[in-house]
Amino acid sequence: MSKAKITTKKKTTTKKTKEKTRFDGRKANELRPLKIESSVLPNADGSAYIEMGRNKILVGVFGPREMHPRRFAKPNEATLRCRYHMSPFSVDPRRSPAPSRRDTEIGMVMNWAIEPAVFLEKYPRSVIDVYAEVLEADGGTRTACINAATVALVDAGIPMRDLVSSCAAGVIDGQIVLDLGDYEDKEGEADVPVAYLPKLGKITLLQMDGILPIKVFTDCVDLAIDGCLQINEIQREALKKKYGISEEAEE
Amino acid sequence: MSALFESRDLVIPGDVLYEGRIRTGDNTHRSEGKVSASRIGLVNYNRDVVSVIALEAGFSPLTGDLVIGEVTDIQLGRWMVDIDTSEEAVLNVPDAIDAPFNPDIDMTRILDIGDTVVAKIVDLDRRRTPILSILGRDLGRVDEGFLMKLTPSKIPRLIGKKGSMVNMILNKTGCNVVIGQNGRILIHGRTREQEEMAVKVINKVENEAHISGLTSRVQEYLRILKEEKR
Repeated sequence: MSKAKITTKKKTTTKKTKEKTRFDGRKANELRPLKIESSVLPNADGSAYIEMGRNKILVGVFGPREMHPRRFAKPNEATLRCRYHMSPFSVDPRRSPAPSRRDTEIGMVMNWAIEPAVFLEKYPRSVIDVYAEVLEADGGTRTACINAATVALVDAGIPMRDLVSSCAAGVIDGQIVLDLGDYEDKEGEADVPVAYLPKLGKITLLQMDGILPIKVFTDCVDLAIDGCLQINEIQREALKKKYGISEEAEE
Repeated sequence: MSALFESRDLVIPGDVLYEGRIRTGDNTHRSEGKVSASRIGLVNYNRDVVSVIALEAGFSPLTGDLVIGEVTDIQLGRWMVDIDTSEEAVLNVPDAIDAPFNPDIDMTRILDIGDTVVAKIVDLDRRRTPILSILGRDLGRVDEGFLMKLTPSKIPRLIGKKGSMVNMILNKTGCNVVIGQNGRILIHGRTREQEEMAVKVINKVENEAHISGLTSRVQEYLRILKEEKR
């Protein structure tokens, strides 16, 4: 049975490579070039910088610290506060620097995606602040923000159950593709951002912008999880890089 | 029923460290029968317990810790002190002047808002709020020197075994160095060169805290720095 599985897998992969490449020359199941760096802000407790395609995002984590005003603090656990903000110069034409309805929503979505991975109950009555600033936007900023925020949280020494990796998949011209850019996001039929806990095998964020048949939707989710696993490797490398000397020295 | 890493391997939150029956030590948690890391750090397997020595961690206060903080607020009969914990520490008047509180005393004369203070954690109350005291030798308001910050998880390396590392830095640089367990370090030297040297050495300790043989490397580094000065 396992043999049969392998052969079918091969077929699908050959089929995919035959299909036309995307407008930016990527294959259907290929991620954009991804770069993550941790500990970039000296004044934050933890920080990360991510470049996902042309997205450039800076994330700083502060805390756990005292909640102000005090009455908003939860007596049994910490509060996670994510702030998503797009810089005025991050898109063309310039956008207003005031937080928009979209910013608030993505902040909330980030919060919900990351919260299950954090041991909030270890810091009652306090708050953990995550500030994500989009310096340059090119589609899929919410997934990039979640990826960077995870690295920043680990860098801040906040206890976590698992890393959160996030990636979108979608459909453009009837073809299922991974990690959509801005153009594909706008022109495509639908996109499905997914956040995933790779070690626990749990999905913490699942959205769909557009309409898809159930079969295509599940394929999209599977492909997005595949992307999440690839991103997870890069996150791990980014975290280990800071201590890179250690592994060489010890060997 | 086995260890999945070698001792002193670098692990990342979510990494499964052990499958089977074992006690969970620091910075680990159990989910679905597996023991996983919850902080980035170096894994440590003992006979009956698995733990992670965190490379990044906030300060978790313990009774008896020496800390360096900043006074942020004065309330009736107590000062609030920021010591980088999730909750501000409390310094009550009797723990500051060894006398009961009396509304006539001018609290700002003892400690004012913005003052840096070296204090000791004498207790954690029921909500785990640290209670401080400045009664004792070398405790109290700081009038000179400057502050440095370090990841609190690296403070034990800076102190060394029975204070070997910090004593070496004290002797070789001639600076007065006070190390707070919360990651704040107070440095005061007679000359600027001395202070610069201490800063360089402490930065080296921070960057290489997780590599073995640190003390000898720092010793060598101090020697090179001294020769440069000549």
